[in-house]
Amino acid sequence: MEYQTIIAQLPYTPPFLFVDGLTAVDLNGVSGFYTFKKEADFYRGHFKDNPITPGVLLTECCAQIGLVCLGIYLVTSSNTLSNEALQIALTSSEMEYYLPVYPDEKVYVTSEKIYFRFHKLKCKVKMHNAAGKLVCKGTIAGMLKSKTNE
Amino acid sequence: METEERYQKLKEIITIYLPEDVAISELTNESHFINELNINSANLVDIVLDVEDAFDITLENEDMDQMLTVNNALQIIQNKLDAK
Repeated sequence: MEYQTIIAQLPYTPPFLFVDGLTAVDLNGVSGFYTFKKEADFYRGHFKDNPITPGVLLTECCAQIGLVCLGIYLVTSSNTLSNEALQIALTSSEMEYYLPVYPDEKVYVTSEKIYFRFHKLKCKVKMHNAAGKLVCKGTIAGMLKSKTNE
Repeated sequence: METEERYQKLKEIITIYLPEDVAISELTNESHFINELNINSANLVDIVLDVEDAFDITLENEDMDQMLTVNNALQIIQNKLDAK
């Protein structure tokens, strides 16, 4: 499957799309990247006169690439669900943060599937910066369901 | 494996996923996982995966759909063990 096809199926749009591209995807995991644009509105408030990417958005970026992109791939490649009716819900995240991400920094997310069963996808995710240093890592899980499958 | 032993094993697994506002003492055979025990659908999947490991059985999507109460779970476990 083309990477662009997966991204086109994401249920997000700017300013809340945190995926620029994918570099690998298979049944066991996914890799992708995103650059946090310096024009983003949240930098005006996080923090005052000291723009740093909020940790929740690092988590969101990990979830959009690591969980949702992988989920779309798994669901469409198994052909059991019609991806058009895909419903997604984040159900748990446990993250640890190591380094700040500044405006215009590019980050790389890698995700490894722990399991995908009974509509629940659970993944180990890691984010690295352009220097290859670990920015954050953790475990994220979500439910992926289609209305037609219920 | 006796019925009581299966129940205790299941109860131990459920305890792990009970939210803080629900006490294990409230658990009965009729307890509904989602409506009464406040377990969300994602944690119900974790319970099923732990049940599979604990009893060395494999559940299918249909089993998952039927697993609404503690009694349902016990019945499914028994059916799977009987079929082994």
